[in-house]
Amino acid sequence: MTAPVKGPRVEEKLYQNRYQVDAGKPHITVAPHDTPSPNLLAMTRICPAGCYAQNEAGQVEIVADGCMECGTCRVLCEETGEITWNYPRGGYGVLFKFG
Amino acid sequence: MADEKFDVIVIGAGMSGNAAAYVAAEKGLKVLQLERGEYPGSKNVQGAILYADMLEKIVPDFREDAPLERHLVEQRFWMMSETSHTGMHYRSDTFNEDKPNRYTIIRSQFDRWFSGKVREKGAIVLTETTATELVTGRDGAVIGVRTDRSGGPIYADVVVLAEGVNGLLGSRAGLRERPKAAQVALAVKEMHFMPRETIEARFNLDGDAGVVIEAAGTISKGMAGMGFVYTNKESLSVGIGCLVSDFAETGETPYGLLDAFRRHPSLRPLLADAEIKEYAAHLIPEGGYRAVPQLFGDGWVVVGDAGQFNNAIHREGSNLAMTTGRLAAEAIFQVKTRRQPFTAENLALYKRMVDDSFVMKDLKKYKDMPRLLHTQSSNLFLTYPQLVSKAMEDFVRVDGTPKLEKEKATVRNFVRTRSWTGLFGDAVRLARAWR
Ligand SMILES: Cc1cc2nc3c(=O)[nH]c(=O)nc-3n(C[C@H](O)[C@H](O)[C@H](O)COP(=O)(O)OP(=O)(O)OC[C@H]3O[C@@H](n4cnc5c(N)ncnc54)[C@H](O)[C@@H]3O)c2cc1C
Ligand code: SF4
Repeated sequence: MTAPVKGPRVEEKLYQNRYQVDAGKPHITVAPHDTPSPNLLAMTRICPAGCYAQNEAGQVEIVADGCMECGTCRVLCEETGEITWNYPRGGYGVLFKFG
Repeated sequence: MADEKFDVIVIGAGMSGNAAAYVAAEKGLKVLQLERGEYPGSKNVQGAILYADMLEKIVPDFREDAPLERHLVEQRFWMMSETSHTGMHYRSDTFNEDKPNRYTIIRSQFDRWFSGKVREKGAIVLTETTATELVTGRDGAVIGVRTDRSGGPIYADVVVLAEGVNGLLGSRAGLRERPKAAQVALAVKEMHFMPRETIEARFNLDGDAGVVIEAAGTISKGMAGMGFVYTNKESLSVGIGCLVSDFAETGETPYGLLDAFRRHPSLRPLLADAEIKEYAAHLIPEGGYRAVPQLFGDGWVVVGDAGQFNNAIHREGSNLAMTTGRLAAEAIFQVKTRRQPFTAENLALYKRMVDDSFVMKDLKKYKDMPRLLHTQSSNLFLTYPQLVSKAMEDFVRVDGTPKLEKEKATVRNFVRTRSWTGLFGDAVRLARAWR
């Protein structure tokens, strides 16, 4: 599997933010699939943190480190079981200085 | 804490949770409040305009020490095309009053202040604690919560779900549905810092006075959405949001929209040379009246964004959150004082109080608006702004064309693009939804 690639512009933006990453405990996971649904595929464009990307085999993967916990992917993809969505453990995740 | 029982457990220390915890503790109830963030506000995002009246009803002397940025003296509405904006500005010196009506705030600072007030009233506030599950008794009534801290469940007479638009607890327990893609907007926001003198010069401001710009038009690329620029003391909040269902359909990137918005020729000079210090994203409930879920049941009530209390047309949410939080605490206190059990029947008092307040009346007024914005988005956010821009340009540009000819061309332009019946239908639909 290749690591998902993020657009440089988002990465630059996320660089400003503070995170407390809960290493090894991702709060969002993508279920194994052959072909992503239109909604899951859309996440590669509309996740505001650019967490989703398509690998060479066409499946959608997530690296949730830059996640801002907005819930957009939950709204679009949780119901069908394509992703599992939880809040990070208390105190972990994004820490907005201004909000 | 395990064997201690509380009168009220409040989930979340945002606007609604802090209002509920503050009022409940002030009335002498034993309150526990749980917040998953490192500090209250660390997870929260807002524009942000604070409405004084609704906070004053909870903390009357908030102006003495609340972290307020600027009181607002001017509101600009911009209808934007690619190269222009047509604006309406309202500015009045009467807003420079003793007790101003609206302020800008910075949420993480404001929430920390509000939480301090909640603690002063005697509530126990536990941060870095995520509530993971509601605990129900044998009869199905909510009797407490489990958290991600070690130890067993914590019990209370009533749980106030103030968990925000993306609240997991209530939807997991089947008390309400998960928000639908057409009922929530995804907003992204940046904080642009610059010296206060620069802000005051660029926005024509004295001292702590402030300006807000609400912008709509081609900036949302035909999606139902809005952009905003709010002045703080030493920063500008710049953001844009559109319905999640529209994002999914168009595949537009939120950061792409935000970048295009701030590079718009009408905005660029206002934002020049700013230092950007944060990028945030959050959902906003936009479903309005028809999306409000069941608000109470045996042992629980839901307040704020979790209850879809948001007036998308007027960009009001925090005041509805504070008001529903306050009313929930007042209702719980009344039930307690009458020594009644916290059944759905008795907690229905909360719903009656919300129905009687401006909250439900305002939402009801605009009950058809979300559907209209959704179905007519490409006309309202793309076609009309372009038509208006062209009409304005023709009106203003002096080029030797007789005025009558210009007016006729403008009308032709509108009719060609939308047809008479289309224009008429749009006008009637808009007027109906507004009423
Ligand atoms: C970009 C943007 C601009 C806005 N602009 C304005 C504006 O100008 N004026 C206005 O009035 N409104 C505005 N709003 C709306 C306003 O922010 C919301 O209506 C308001 O914050 C809702 O308050 P709340 O308490 O219901 O939810 P929130 O403020 O979201 O608080 C929910 C809290 O619950 C916590 N939480 C959630 N789940 C758990 C759990 N399981 N355990 C522990 N804690 C939990 C969260 O960490 C959070 O602190 C804006 C919103 C956005 C996104
Ligand atoms: S919650 Fe929001 S930021 Fe996080 S992965 Fe999902 S869409 Fe991206």
